[in-house]
Amino acid sequence: MKKILLYASLVLVGVAMLVPFYWMFVLATRSTSEIFRFPPPFWFGDNLASNFANMLRTVNVFGSYLNSVIISTAYTFLVLLFCSMGGYAFAMYRFPGRDKLFGILLVTMMIPFMAGIVPWFIMMAKFKLINSYFALIVPGCANAFGIFWMRQYCQNNVPGSLIDAAKIDGCSEWLIFFRIIVPILPPAFAALGIMSFIGSWNDFMQPLLILRNSRLFTLPLLLRYLQGDPMRGADQGVLMLANTLAVLPLLIAFFAASKYFLSGLTAGAIKE
Amino acid sequence: MNSSTLSGKRGAISPLRSFLMQLKKNRVAYAYISPFYLLFIVFGLFPIVAGLYLSFFSWDGISKALFVGLRNYARLLTDPMFWKALYNTAYIGVFAHIFILGGGLVLAYILNSDLVKRKDLFKTVYFLPVVTSSVVVAIVFQAMFGTNSGLINYAIQSLGLHRIDWWGGKGDYIKPAILIMFVWRWIGWNMVIYLAGMQGIPHELYEAAEMDGARHSQVFFRITVPILKPIILFTILQSVIGTINLFTEPLVLTNSMKGGQNNQGLTVMMYLLDKAPWGNNLYGYASACAYVLCAIIVVFSVINMKLFSPDEAEKPTRRRA
Repeated sequence: MKKILLYASLVLVGVAMLVPFYWMFVLATRSTSEIFRFPPPFWFGDNLASNFANMLRTVNVFGSYLNSVIISTAYTFLVLLFCSMGGYAFAMYRFPGRDKLFGILLVTMMIPFMAGIVPWFIMMAKFKLINSYFALIVPGCANAFGIFWMRQYCQNNVPGSLIDAAKIDGCSEWLIFFRIIVPILPPAFAALGIMSFIGSWNDFMQPLLILRNSRLFTLPLLLRYLQGDPMRGADQGVLMLANTLAVLPLLIAFFAASKYFLSGLTAGAIKE
Repeated sequence: MNSSTLSGKRGAISPLRSFLMQLKKNRVAYAYISPFYLLFIVFGLFPIVAGLYLSFFSWDGISKALFVGLRNYARLLTDPMFWKALYNTAYIGVFAHIFILGGGLVLAYILNSDLVKRKDLFKTVYFLPVVTSSVVVAIVFQAMFGTNSGLINYAIQSLGLHRIDWWGGKGDYIKPAILIMFVWRWIGWNMVIYLAGMQGIPHELYEAAEMDGARHSQVFFRITVPILKPIILFTILQSVIGTINLFTEPLVLTNSMKGGQNNQGLTVMMYLLDKAPWGNNLYGYASACAYVLCAIIVVFSVINMKLFSPDEAEKPTRRRA
């Protein structure tokens, strides 16, 4: 009996988590007048094709898709490159000031960067980086958390003897990193990469401040634009369809890789 | 002769020379870690320092900046709208995190125990909201909270209660609406962090407690929570920062930079960005605001560490030893 109650509450929480997604899918197939009816629609309608046509007429969803893909991919690639280099150096090299520098890195994780948000924006404007992807890709790409993460992984998984052997064989440092270290890192890449990609894909505040030209909009900006503009936002079906398209790739990817991803997240955190 | 000059030179080596030699010797390691420090100095440290400087000026971004001393701070702290935003933020933050942290902890405990099966499925479903964009989620919830055709009001009416005008009226229901969405979105994230911490708790401890006939509530409060204290501290700190940064969700939910009816959904971050750079051009004033918010975060962090640090009493002796 107790067990049934426990399952029931877990399932109830799960349903609460899923209902908004389900309803979003349902509304994406409905017309605006159906959406504003009472009681609200619970099952899929037949307005998907017309919503899709309307969406293509009003906004450039696929342009935004491309923008989001470019920014998130470039950002994730640089995060993995710089964080693995930094984490590897902190884990496997001995050099003067290493522990102090690592201490500084840890402290920076505690700094609320919002303190500098206004000068940050002014700086981007002065550098003529408004409406450029640089401001969204580069500043955060060598981040403290990622380096910390990769250092943990390197310490636990890269054998020092392997590096020594490679050095004796006359491998250059560069070659050691790309031929020997990088092939060991994919599990760490997976979790950090997914987190970075999701963060960049969903980011709203930074693109809002930086991207003022609607042709450059990422998906979250496009959706906000669709919602905020009373002329276009009035079409709820279109809005929900665009919403669905924006999250669907992440939902599918997460469902497919969730076991791997969640265990990677938890495994990385234990060793803190 | 030759060797003596060499050693003489070596003895007279300047600190700069030795520093440069070390730099050269370890150039690979320094090169590998340098991106972080370069980017941090340019895009992190510099803006923060400049923000403090700017907060003492009145500047619209075009004309000459005017030194105003502490007047930005004085104006900010006497602006009722700022206090309203701070109250709204605190209200949402405190009530939401009771559910987010408490609920996350309970869910993690259940999914870490042997009480249920299909744990991975539950974990995946609970984590789903974390993966999605705040904008998407907020747009969907805006529809769910719709007064006449929203799913939530339909459920409320089915229970025989009156529909709630979530966004209209005096705006009394705006904060609860934001809060509900906030809980929905972040409970899974905290659950995963706690799950990670729980994997570090040896299984024998649970078994011993079980043999002693401890109930689950006892195990939870006497074993799990105390051991997880540092992680709970970490999540609380993250939550404080996350709450102060709360911006996208209320903006999209209320569909206004002012936080909807009677500014009931106005958060401090919306207030700040509305001054500059998103709304107006009060750069100095917005910087002062950012610094006040940071001060709040720092004060919270210190209190948190004092309250939760498990070995606070031992630390000084340890350092001396």
